[in-house]
Amino acid sequence: MFAEFLQYILAGLTSGAIYALAGLGFAIIYNASHVINFAQGEFIMIGGMATSTLVAAGVPLPLAAVLAVLVTMAVGMALEKFAVEPARGAEVVTIIIITIGASIFLRGAAQIIWDKEFHSLPAFSGETPILVLGATLMPQSVWVVAVAMVIIAALWWFFNRTLFGKAMLAVSFNREAAQLMGIGVKKVLLVSFALSALLGAAGGIVMTPITFTNYEAGIMLGLKGFSAAVLGGLGNGMGAIVGGLTVGIAEALAAGYLSSAYKDAIAFVIILFVLFFMPSGLFGKKGTDRV
Amino acid sequence: MNTALRTPRVAGLGALALVLALAPLSFPNAYFYDVAVNALFNAIVCVGLNLLIGYGGQISLGHAGFFALGAYGSAILTTRFGLPPLAAMLASAAAVGLLAFAVGRPILRLKGHYLAMATLGIGIIIHIVLKTESWLTGGPDGMGVDPFRVAGLEVAGDRMWYWVAAALLLLAVWVALNLIDSPLGRALRAVHGSETGAEVVGVDTGRYKMLVFVVSAVFASLVGSLFAHKNGFITPDIGSFFRSIELVTMVVLGGMASTFGAVLGAFILTLLPQLLAAFEDYEAMVLGAIMMGTMIFMPKGLLPSLALLLARRKGGEARP
Repeated sequence: MFAEFLQYILAGLTSGAIYALAGLGFAIIYNASHVINFAQGEFIMIGGMATSTLVAAGVPLPLAAVLAVLVTMAVGMALEKFAVEPARGAEVVTIIIITIGASIFLRGAAQIIWDKEFHSLPAFSGETPILVLGATLMPQSVWVVAVAMVIIAALWWFFNRTLFGKAMLAVSFNREAAQLMGIGVKKVLLVSFALSALLGAAGGIVMTPITFTNYEAGIMLGLKGFSAAVLGGLGNGMGAIVGGLTVGIAEALAAGYLSSAYKDAIAFVIILFVLFFMPSGLFGKKGTDRV
Repeated sequence: MNTALRTPRVAGLGALALVLALAPLSFPNAYFYDVAVNALFNAIVCVGLNLLIGYGGQISLGHAGFFALGAYGSAILTTRFGLPPLAAMLASAAAVGLLAFAVGRPILRLKGHYLAMATLGIGIIIHIVLKTESWLTGGPDGMGVDPFRVAGLEVAGDRMWYWVAAALLLLAVWVALNLIDSPLGRALRAVHGSETGAEVVGVDTGRYKMLVFVVSAVFASLVGSLFAHKNGFITPDIGSFFRSIELVTMVVLGGMASTFGAVLGAFILTLLPQLLAAFEDYEAMVLGAIMMGTMIFMPKGLLPSLALLLARRKGGEARP
């Protein structure tokens, strides 16, 4: 009984960690540019697919992972440079269509570069399950959560302890003021896309041994990441992490106790419920409108 | 003033009617009627959606859900409960309108990306329910639908559907243009400009947003019903997230806040896959590139951008 419950929680934490990383990706870009990047899920897909191809070609895993992250970051920066930057100041719905167009483009490209098949990676440290109070924990799940924790800690350090991180925060608070203080806003935008791509790719790499990946894998992951970010309150990093874990755990519990068919719906039910009562998410700033 | 406002409107409707009447002359084969009917159906949905997006300044990433509910409502009521198609269509539209009203109250308070998220969520939940409740909907395999019969007459064949859909599109455009020209339209434009500003001058923004949300959902539902009868077979994918995106893209691509732009966008984006089929594997890439390119270089959409270009050229000629 308890073991079963624990099993669901562990599964939920694993997928929740991926959603949290995706949600953070949304938050970082949103903070820098007020853009919602619907191609965030494609970063996850590219990270996983690229690593899997490189490993299959005989490249050792750590090197393959680094290369895949670099490739994804390059894609992210290209997206910012060629699609988002030229459309500055356009309406919300226009930019949404641009990033959705980008996600369709990247999926199409992935389908050509790779194929429609599922790709996998060997588990990083074996497949011997660890027993925890009657529940089984796969070593790869530990990898997922650990990598997510390391990345979150590194992000905290970056945003609070480095000059460039602080500059990025400044841009998110007040773009014009930041620019007047001599902060290169364009560079901040570029770095925000690179960082988000890094988060997505890292998530994609560590989860591929568990869930496999194919050219379409990014769609749902991206939407769940968006849910995580909105649930926590757009632009709030802590909120995105809490949102991601909440969505992951709720999904796992719903799949276990209610019905696995409705697993994917649960994130959106929670989101609607929260937004009905808290229109800016759990930790979102209450905005005031300037007329 | 009044006639000056009305002339381009009547001219626009007349031009659209002419295009619709003459278009079949250019159809090389019967298959084209099928594509054309889908284009017309999409155009009707987009005319409704444009009221919400273009005039109301709101976002919906879930309208395919309303379309699918209309389609499945008609399919289920006619095949499983023996209702006549017209009654089933109206009952489904009423139910969808009520649903939109019920969810509209809490979600239309949301702004920007939060509204996008909420509507996206509603669309995805509807899609998943249709896929899962197979005892009622046939699940992912879909379900069959009987032809549309009213007063002993059956709408059959793509040609007949073409004329029915063309007439309905003209009706939809006429309704939309009148709505836009009414006090409602002016209030909506005020909401689009600045919601708080509109409220300050005494516009009941909530009521107007709700009205266009319900109207656009009902448009989608009615077309969904017709689509189900015309196709004779429906699957849950007509309500997928991608379909919702497609509808929004049609509206924005053609030109936000332009009824004829929405129609143009629907025509182009329905015909595009037919043309892109030549690109085979590259189809998705080309579609994505077109979506990005149009929005980057013509953020206002095709029709307004073209109008601006024409106006500039005219202005240029006037000067020596």
